This record gives sequence, structure tokens and C-alpha cells, in this order.
Amino acid sequence: MTYAKPLPSIDRWNKPFWDAARQGELQLQTCEDCGHWWFPPAPVCPSCLSTRVTWKRASGRGKIWSRCRFHHIYDKAFADEAPYNVCMIELEEGPLFISNVVGAAWEDIGIGDAVEACFEKATEEVTLVRFKLAEK
Amino acid sequence: MTLLRDEIAVVGIANGPFGSFPEYDDYAQMAIAFKAALDDAGLEKNQIDGLITHRLGLYTRAAEVLGINPDYAVPLLRHGRMSGVAIQNGVAALLTGQAKYVALVYGNNGRSVRDLYGGGGGLWAPFGMSSPGAEHALLYERYRQKYAVTPEKLATVSLTLREHARLNPEAVMQKPLTLDDYMNARFIVEPLRLFDYCLINDGAVVMILTTKDRAKDLKQPPVYISGVSTATDLANVSTPPRGYWREAMAHNAERVYPMAGIDREDLSGLMIYDNFAPNILYSLEGYGFCKEGEAPDFIQGGRIALGGDLPVNTSGGHLSESYMQGWALNTEAVRQLRHQCGKRQIKDAKAIQYICSAAICSSIIYRR
Repeated sequence: MTYAKPLPSIDRWNKPFWDAARQGELQLQTCEDCGHWWFPPAPVCPSCLSTRVTWKRASGRGKIWSRCRFHHIYDKAFADEAPYNVCMIELEEGPLFISNVVGAAWEDIGIGDAVEACFEKATEEVTLVRFKLAEK
Repeated sequence: MTLLRDEIAVVGIANGPFGSFPEYDDYAQMAIAFKAALDDAGLEKNQIDGLITHRLGLYTRAAEVLGINPDYAVPLLRHGRMSGVAIQNGVAALLTGQAKYVALVYGNNGRSVRDLYGGGGGLWAPFGMSSPGAEHALLYERYRQKYAVTPEKLATVSLTLREHARLNPEAVMQKPLTLDDYMNARFIVEPLRLFDYCLINDGAVVMILTTKDRAKDLKQPPVYISGVSTATDLANVSTPPRGYWREAMAHNAERVYPMAGIDREDLSGLMIYDNFAPNILYSLEGYGFCKEGEAPDFIQGGRIALGGDLPVNTSGGHLSESYMQGWALNTEAVRQLRHQCGKRQIKDAKAIQYICSAAICSSIIYRR
């Protein structure tokens, strides 16, 4: 069966992110000069504008800043899953990431809860970074 | 701070009809409103030497349709936050002598072309996150939990604005909206329900600005732009703003009230960009009408309704009048100050503030 949901458009700046995800790793850009971490990928450090930008493995840990739940179907490919959650995660290194919390009921997804990254293969090229509630 | 105060006036306004007009495109609707705004002001089209286009795909096509060669021409992207930016730019062009009469033209055929404001691509689309409403859902979910806001309190926004729309013959929504209707409506992106979302409709709005000296000779009583300010929260724009744009709003507040020489208690009403109902709460707090977390209580008891202390969106706003991305709120401010609002007239209206809270926060103070 073909994968019907939207896929990321992979470009020269974000390709390392998706390559790492395929290997089961969350990697983010960081600045060799000032130590800043950021997402989405960018050609220079958004904090100090240095071009000494490198990709590093992030902890994969974060906290839920907020959550919402899609009931309306904007894209037919999500029809079977609705209502589904979308959460904004504050990663330990600082950047924000919007994704889904898997393996948890809506009622159990709490603002401030600790989460960790998990990896779900979508296609041969794309593995999505999702999150699960951390063990308490 | 007094450089601007009352130097520039709104002298012509027009709204096209609001609804669904597949027989016209957005340029056609804009052109009809442009002619009506010229008539409102008592100007000829060749006097327009400044043109700022918003949402329309091409400023070139806009000028071609109108048959004008303005000295000053600026196209703005389709984001709703650009209406305040357009007015700010029109003011700047006039103050610096780049133009004598600036037309701000806006056309929207979102209904006819079935704009969905969701689905499609984007950074977060693989996770099913693809609508502006969902950004507001994330913001509001955290806010409502933090301040224990009941849905009934938020409903006051939509119910109040619907009552306003029912006094406005041009408003798309004319049916009464009850608390039961509101509560029983489906979630779009939880915690936001159907009636927390703005309309999607076709229409056009045109505003013509000029300097105060030129305004004196024109047909309508001038409404002055007393203060205008923008401030942004763009550096992390891929995710909803964890600070609810509060810093940008505070920065605008520090500038716009002194610039106008008008303070909050002098205002006769507010026009607040209501793409989603909670944005009215954040805006009231951000500009200091109440403290953070207090807006859900502040809006109760008729305070933001016509006849209350601080009427908000007397036209019905984006939720119930028309989704003109801020423009129809600005023309409503002008009409209120001309005392042309009929049944929804704010008694003795003297000054009105427009507020748009988004990645570019803008605010404008108008006075008669």
C-alpha cells in the first residue's frame, strides 16, 4: 500500500535531519561558535550568524508545551486516525518541535509531561520523529 | 512621538458585498470597491498616486484592472497581518511625500476558490499539523488549562459578535447564535469549536488615505490616523509563540498611545483581529485592558457588547461579519467615527483602536 500522507520536502538544509531519523536518531543543528541549537534547519546560526554549523545527536528528551486534537479532516489521508493529537514539544536542547504523542490516550497527554523521541518508518526514505510519554 | 498624530486621514472607504461570488474574481471585487471608495471620498481615479495591494496575486494586474500608473506601488503578501502593515506603509508614503492619495486595495475570493486553511504541505504537515487554527488551538489549550477557562466563558466572544452582526445588514451571519448552538457545534481542532473560527467568504475592501490638509476639501468628514505601530515575533515563526505575542503587543502599546495622545480610557471601542476567538483575549491582555489571565472574566457581563464599557468588533468581526483579514474592521472603525453605523452606532464615538495580534502585531488608533 502506498503511503498517502504528506511527506517532508527534503532539501539541502534538512537532509541530515531525515537521514538521521532513518537511522533512529534525532539530530539537530548546533553552532560550533556559540553552542546554540535550533530547528528548523538553517544555513547559519540564527543566534550569532556563524556559518560553523554542525549536526549533533540530541537527547530526544523533551516536555509537552501544549496539545491539540484534530477532529476536522483537512486531508483525507488522516481520516482513519481522527481525532488525532498534535503536540508542541520543547526539546531539552531548546528547539521546539511539533509532532504526535503516540501510545497514549488523549486524557493522559498532559502539558508539562516528559516525552522521548521514537521513530516510525513511513517510506523507504522517510522515518518520522514522534514522541512517547517518558517512563515515570 | 507626535510626528504622526492626526497628520493623515482616511477619506474614502468601501466594502464590496460579502458572501460567495464565483461570477467575479478578487480583482473584479476590488475594482468595484475601488470605484465606490473614490465616490465616497469625492476623488477621481487619476488622483490616486499611491497603490498598496494586499492578498491580490499581482499588483501589476491590480493596476492594470484599475488603469492607473501610481508613483508609489507596493504589493503585500496574503497574510492577514498585512492589513495593518499596509496602513502603516500608506501613512509613511504620505508623510514622506511619496504620494498624495494612497489607495489600499484588498480582494478576497477565498470562498469561491475553496480556500481550506488546512491540509497541503508545510514543515509539520507529515504530522497532520497543517492549519492556522491548530496553532491557535495549541495556544488556547495551554491558556485555558493555566487559567481554568470554561468553554462558556470563551463562548461570550462568539455570541457577542453574532449579536453585533445582526445589527449589520452587510454581515454574512444573520441568524441568532445561542450558547447551546455554540456548545453543541463540533470541534474543529480541539479545544476550538466551529464558532471560534472565522468565516471564509469573498469580498473586497478599499481605503483611501491622504494628508490632513488635503482631507479638508473632500466629501466625508475626515477620520484621522492618530497612532500606528507594528512589532514582530518572527524569529521563531515556525511554531506558535510561547509568549502569546505579549512582548510585541507591549511594545506597540508603549508607542501607539503616546503617539496618538489617546489612552485606553479615551477609547470608544476596539476592533480586534478575530481570526480565532481566543485572539481577542490575548489582545485585551497584551494592550493592558486587563491583566494576563483575566480576559475571560473581563469580557463577561456585556462589557465588550454594544452599550458596554468597551464595545469590540461592532460589525460582527471576522467571526460573524466577514473575513476580510482586518480590513473590514478598519473600515468599521472609520464608519463608527463618522457616525454612519445606524443601529450598531457607538454613541458619540470619538476614538477607536484597531489591534491585530500575529507574527506581525499591528495597532492603529483612529479619531474623529
